[in-house]
Amino acid sequence: MSPVSRGFHGRRREPEGDAARIPPGQYATADFPVLSAGPTPHTPLGEWSFAIRQSGADAKTWSWPQLTALPADDVTADIHCVTRWSKLDTRWRAVSVDTLLAQVDHQARFVLAFCDGGYTTNLPVADVTGGQAWVAYEYDGQPLPPEHGGPARLLVPHLYFWKSAKWVRGLELLAADEPGFWEQYGYHNYGDPWREQRYADD
Amino acid sequence: MAGTAVRGRLTWQVAAVDAVTDETASVRTIQLSVPDWAGHQAGQHLDVRLTADDGYRAERSYSIASAPGEPVAITVERLTDGEVSPYLTRELRPGDELEIRGPIGGYFVWPGNDGTAPLLLVAGGSGVVPLRSMLRHRRNSGSTVPVRLLYSARSLPDVIYHAELDQPSRGVEIIYTLTRIQPPGWTGHAGRVDATLLAEAAWSPAEAPVAYVCGPTPFVETAAAGLVALGYPAQRVKTERFGGAEPS
Repeated sequence: MSPVSRGFHGRRREPEGDAARIPPGQYATADFPVLSAGPTPHTPLGEWSFAIRQSGADAKTWSWPQLTALPADDVTADIHCVTRWSKLDTRWRAVSVDTLLAQVDHQARFVLAFCDGGYTTNLPVADVTGGQAWVAYEYDGQPLPPEHGGPARLLVPHLYFWKSAKWVRGLELLAADEPGFWEQYGYHNYGDPWREQRYADD
Repeated sequence: MAGTAVRGRLTWQVAAVDAVTDETASVRTIQLSVPDWAGHQAGQHLDVRLTADDGYRAERSYSIASAPGEPVAITVERLTDGEVSPYLTRELRPGDELEIRGPIGGYFVWPGNDGTAPLLLVAGGSGVVPLRSMLRHRRNSGSTVPVRLLYSARSLPDVIYHAELDQPSRGVEIIYTLTRIQPPGWTGHAGRVDATLLAEAAWSPAEAPVAYVCGPTPFVETAAAGLVALGYPAQRVKTERFGGAEPS
């Protein structure tokens, strides 16, 4: 039972209808805040590629022209950052992870997304398949800006947004789960915003 | 990437407000008595939760301003359209209770045992808060690691911890730049942190420095990119951004 904060009334109530779309402990923002642990990497598109790795080797790679030539979806999604902002109805152009994984024969149960700058994050295969995850390269009709993860980032809107790894360069297929960057620093291994899984053991 | 992970569940607890100190016209430090505090590292943050009498709740994260071993304190900047920060900087007073949990975060920390690698701290506005924890930790632990703090503030009255920063420990240099208003006779830097100022103020990459950059997103983007351009390896530039900490 939380004590009442003397003199606190709470200014923000979400508009009717939107409230049900804001997970517990979150608030809606019109901004698009940026969070990263280090400098923003800038990989030239000519050197960029996306890889599916398996058993320590590239099982399949796509160059930038190849990836952006794949069938893409226009995705509208609500996103939720563990630092408590949520942003409704964000619009992306993105290739479904289903499309990418369909080109690789695998039995993996987990993936570790890897990125320029060394960032990683882990996800169950069940959460990046079935139309739930994408590699996004446009935001709001424009090329994805570098500070928001461009040229391409993972988009997994049903989990806290650190799982939507910026500057993503590929997915490593794994039989066993392996914690990623923030997951090693005490953040939750799975990160469901509706169950408020912010930190380990939440 | 060895994790100094937070282990075990972070539970909410009720802390008592021991003291509040106005740092500037819009910034206040809140010192807390926390019954069950496992200790923190310099650079970590904690979560604050407020509960209205109708049960409505709001949560935010704040950097810890005090050094490891000192009473837990946060320093909060009042945001004009904020929901939580106006309460914390105006309404809250000693004797009040505050729900918190932490410490949180294990990457943007200075463990205090970095050998002799010099430390470069780059602060934009209230981004100085976790860096102040590092400065105090250095002082309290008797570390002799050379430190430079490059601190960008709008004007002199906007400088947080001004009196404390003007009495730096031996081996600590404080370099201010004032972006909007400079007082008459100001001999420090004026204008935003840019490549020229970084080249002048930052340690040479040859000295293998470690950099911690904290501030609003555009500030951090510019400073971090500038350090990489100077030759700092990206892995030695740690950043913390607070763009859009509360909605407009």
